[in-house]
Amino acid sequence: MRDKVFNILFCGTGGQGILTAAEIVSLAAVYDGYHTKKSEVHGMAQRGGSVESHVRFGKLVYSPLIEEGSADFLVSFHKGEHDRMKRCLCANGVDLFASFEEAEKNMTNKKFINTHMLGVLSKNLNIRAESWLKALEAGFKGKFIEENRKIFLEAVSKG
Amino acid sequence: MKRIELLSGDEALARGAYEAGLKFAASYPGTPATEILEYLANFDDVDAQWSVNEKTAYETALGASIAGVRSIYSSKHVGVNVAMDPLMTSAYTGIGGGFVIVTADDPQLQSSQNEQDNRFIAKFSKLPMFEPSSPSEAYKMAKAAFDLSERFDTPVIIRLTTRVAHTKENVETGDRAETENKPFAVNAAKYVMVPGHAYKKHIALEAKLVELQKYGEQSEFNIAEINDKSMGIIADGTAYLYAKEVFPNASFLKLGFVYPFADEKIKRFAKEVKELYVIEEQDPFIEEHVRGLGIVLKAKDISYRIGELTPVLVKEIVEGKIKVEKAADARKPVLCPGCSHRSVFYALKKLKAIVSGDIGCYTLGALKPLEALHTTVCMGASVTIMESLSKYLGHDKVVGVIGDSTFVHSGITGLVDAAYNQAKGLLIILDNSNTAMTGSQPNPSTGVNAKGKPTKKLILEEICKAAGADIVETINAFDKNLQNKIKELMSKESLCVLIARFPCRMIERGKMVAPVFNKDKCIVCGACLQIDCPAIYKNMEGKITHDAFLCTGCNVCASACKFNALQAAQ
Repeated sequence: MRDKVFNILFCGTGGQGILTAAEIVSLAAVYDGYHTKKSEVHGMAQRGGSVESHVRFGKLVYSPLIEEGSADFLVSFHKGEHDRMKRCLCANGVDLFASFEEAEKNMTNKKFINTHMLGVLSKNLNIRAESWLKALEAGFKGKFIEENRKIFLEAVSKG
Repeated sequence: MKRIELLSGDEALARGAYEAGLKFAASYPGTPATEILEYLANFDDVDAQWSVNEKTAYETALGASIAGVRSIYSSKHVGVNVAMDPLMTSAYTGIGGGFVIVTADDPQLQSSQNEQDNRFIAKFSKLPMFEPSSPSEAYKMAKAAFDLSERFDTPVIIRLTTRVAHTKENVETGDRAETENKPFAVNAAKYVMVPGHAYKKHIALEAKLVELQKYGEQSEFNIAEINDKSMGIIADGTAYLYAKEVFPNASFLKLGFVYPFADEKIKRFAKEVKELYVIEEQDPFIEEHVRGLGIVLKAKDISYRIGELTPVLVKEIVEGKIKVEKAADARKPVLCPGCSHRSVFYALKKLKAIVSGDIGCYTLGALKPLEALHTTVCMGASVTIMESLSKYLGHDKVVGVIGDSTFVHSGITGLVDAAYNQAKGLLIILDNSNTAMTGSQPNPSTGVNAKGKPTKKLILEEICKAAGADIVETINAFDKNLQNKIKELMSKESLCVLIARFPCRMIERGKMVAPVFNKDKCIVCGACLQIDCPAIYKNMEGKITHDAFLCTGCNVCASACKFNALQAAQ
């Protein structure tokens, strides 16, 4: 299991916390001892443009890019971007968009949706809880860390 | 102490330079190079500065080197064009303290005006070049580059691409090694490039290149990996990683020290393998050289010279295919909600002005539906192209637009040129007091330096007057009279500057009150969509939706709505 390279594709629009979420997964993977590569694609727009981040981790990772049809997980924060990027999922790939839509409907503070999605994602990955918690602390630079930790753990414990 | 950190290529390169005893760094912000200086600005023992443009950055960094300290210049690929004048001659003078030049290229134009391949600058300037494929290599090469620079008395180029600069990976970092400054001694034959001196230095430079080629033959960064000999691949940068991903069992010659070429290594590798491929991104830099050595090889079709490579494209190249360009399906980039450039473009569109634009966020004003910007060439060209357009098309029809940072970068000389040559016309400085597109770096008009400390503030009104503008006025970018003011200044028989000022939303997020949206009054005429604000869009049912969460209350949409469906809050 630890030899396999995991491919996680994040997508959405600028300002949704996508790059932060991708950073935190990458940090968690690094803290857990994986070789990790994280690549970003964001164009000229500061707010509202397409944003995607490719995260790959395993024993040894060459390419920083996830190819079409090879993402194990698609974590999307936007309907249009989700539909566009769906083609990147591999045959048994896990699409987490339903979790996002549910969170968008139910969460009172939308600022924390990315943390919630990390909790959902974490259930599918072989990364220890302590690595995740350390990554949350580092990724948010200690800001709102109690709230983020709580939301992350709630998402982990649900379902 | 050794640590594992998750660093981008930019950060890793900067970290390597820091540990190599770097003391001076200069840059002008530009994607994907910006984070190099941002990272270095965090260290008290590095004098890191945002320069007003790449030429001044290059010259100050070279000056620091001549003074004896290890220094670095970094910019994006097109930025190096601005610095080419001192760069070409610094190959002749050589250096004092170790001097590294970083060019961060942007294949696939994620955020640039062209796709130039700066590996050719190594050949053109006769300077050695390293090219990392990953952040951890960028870290190692930064250290090697300083040593090489001092050993051979030469500036050394490190070339990144977006995919290296903006990829993060595990990097094992260490501690800073303090280096002694090199002693400075007056030496006109070395540093004064008058023809007599320069001719001798050119002779020395050619000899230096021969020695550098020998270094390349032994360099640990040019590695032959012999596996299955039926397929041999020569590759550099991320092209190596993609090829390795697709053909893990092939034999590789990975070029990390790309110039001057390690000819003997290349010839030996070519003899070892049955079929030889050159896999490289962008132009045939390696391909042409290897062919020049009389080696038979397989290379990509010219269609793959455009854009970035990916593992799938590498596979296609080997299969001998021709690249099929796919239409981009990403969201259109758009000005932020509440951006102060929107009101100016909306006014210019209503006035049917012919607009010469520049490089910055506001270049987005060229896109539909605003379409209020009609030329974009390079930084500073808005002013000088406005100068000529006004002359031939009539100054009452033409307006130039430029951001505050870009104006300082290379608009000032253009304005002096326009005044000196008695041009008439209107230049609008879109002053959001920020270098926004690259991530909110300060610039001289903000009065803050790279380390976040207060410094002398450039007063735009005063410098425009001093440059020779006849009329200089300032207006709030959201002022109701903006359109009338622009019209008035366009009709003057003078050289006018209008400074449209409002702070960028990326630095000042303070919300004004969002307009009230009355659905019943909306007839879906689409006028509000013409301002191209992400906070207003047509929903799935074809109805106008106003997103109060994204809205910052600039009220430009309310001014566009004739039916009072959108009304400025009182």
